[in-house]
Amino acid sequence: MKYVIIGNSAAGIGTVEGIRQVDKDGEITVISNEPHHTYSRPLISYLLLGKVTEEKMKYRSDDFYEKNKARFIHAAANEIDAKTKQVVLDNGERVNFDKLLVATGSSAFVPPFEGLALVKDKFTFMSLDDAHKLNDALAPNKKVLIIGAGLIGLKCAEGILKRVAHITVIDLAPRILSSILDDEGAKVVQSHIESKGIEFKLSGGVKTFEANAAILDNGQKIDFDILVLAVGVRPNTALLKDIAYIDRGIAVNGKSETSAPYIYAAGDCTQTYDVSSGQNKIMALLPNAYMQGECAGLNMAGGEKNFNKAIPMNAIGFFGLHVVTAGNYSGDTYFKADGNNYKRLFYSDNKLNGYILIGNVEKAGIYTSLIRERTPLDSIDFALVCEKPGLMAFTKEDRMAKLS
Amino acid sequence: MKRVYVNEKWCLGCHLCEYHCAFAGTNGKDMARSLKDIKINPKIKIEEKDGVSFAVSCRHCHEPLCVKGCITGALSVSGGVITIDHNRCVSCYTCILSCPYGAISPSDDGAVQKCELCVKTSKGTPACVEGCPNGAIVFEERG
Repeated sequence: MKYVIIGNSAAGIGTVEGIRQVDKDGEITVISNEPHHTYSRPLISYLLLGKVTEEKMKYRSDDFYEKNKARFIHAAANEIDAKTKQVVLDNGERVNFDKLLVATGSSAFVPPFEGLALVKDKFTFMSLDDAHKLNDALAPNKKVLIIGAGLIGLKCAEGILKRVAHITVIDLAPRILSSILDDEGAKVVQSHIESKGIEFKLSGGVKTFEANAAILDNGQKIDFDILVLAVGVRPNTALLKDIAYIDRGIAVNGKSETSAPYIYAAGDCTQTYDVSSGQNKIMALLPNAYMQGECAGLNMAGGEKNFNKAIPMNAIGFFGLHVVTAGNYSGDTYFKADGNNYKRLFYSDNKLNGYILIGNVEKAGIYTSLIRERTPLDSIDFALVCEKPGLMAFTKEDRMAKLS
Repeated sequence: MKRVYVNEKWCLGCHLCEYHCAFAGTNGKDMARSLKDIKINPKIKIEEKDGVSFAVSCRHCHEPLCVKGCITGALSVSGGVITIDHNRCVSCYTCILSCPYGAISPSDDGAVQKCELCVKTSKGTPACVEGCPNGAIVFEERG
């Protein structure tokens, strides 16, 4: 059996490990347009911060490919020939597959801002190479403007704050981290980040760029030396255009199969069923990417696996303040806040839908599990679990089952 | 594989398991001296309410969500035991978000910590099991 995997991050690595749980001998080829050993993408901000080295960014050990008998090819996959079951590389080589996994990830979305071409030092922040380029531009006297107060923009800000003169972050949304926080929670995190010296301009768009300045919609001018574009990401779906069904992302079922035979997909390039909202969504998150990849690998190799409990979830921290969130934010809420500690739970129809925890995130996984398993809230002591997440909230019988 | 199992029927709520766990992490010789004046941060923790108590520590799951979700590869499975490489952990807390038992917590050294069945500390039996005065925590093969 010939397995070919396009992509060398969490989803691709999960696929290798999934295949090898079932098939120890099949031929595995991993194709990546990046020359690097598999690395943890979210660590690029820690690299700039100096908290990790490139060596420590490795997502798996040095002998990963050897140990898993996987061939690594550094090349871009230009085309998938579904008829001949081949992947065509940018060097002209054609790689045969019996089963193919597409884990092409996502790319930074750069809106067509007027005047953007005039800006010399502009960067996106998605890959190790992006981090290297930004790193080379950093200097203590430089002012940085980051467009986008989402996870990528703010982790970038944290990573480079000590290495530049000043950082301004602007966003169209009225709050930071708008995809994972509510208004009040965002204020808690924003104040904390501001206290470290980062400046925010929210509810503000860029009208036009000059070589070293952005003119905002309200006419305000922000000077900068370095521009970081972190507006959002788009799934890389082009390889499967006209081959498999693509909605916003590549559509896959619980077995990670696309609509095309023998072709699977996993990770940020796909859209998946979110059990917390009942909707198909792009959930560009590392844990989901790994698990979806592993699921694909198991199925590709003839095993049986269903990845059907995906939910949006994020664990992230800024300057020591932790933020853990999951699920969807609809329904009634339980709310408690005290200084930098903030908790909001969302529930309806006897189910926990989502939560936001800031500061104290102890035992957050108890809540995640209630969402993922769609646990009926009347089967537990919900008042207790709101106050204090723990196994105590379950019935004695359930506790016994979990702990014995 | 042998795992730690608890039976709340026998748990006295004495918290000795927490002290033995914390002590096992110090590599000291005398528990009272090693833990004097420090606030312990054990990997096994007692939950208690209205006269019911039980200890919770890592279940070393067959399908470990913490390991699968770990963004750095710091968590891994070795011979069935889930261990954490403190050097590779960046404290993102994705594992705390993922663990359905609430068995992973921040450590004092900037990484996360979890029960590793004392494989890195002592010999044979985990310290919590050894130290439980009432047999409420056992180390057994149950499949």
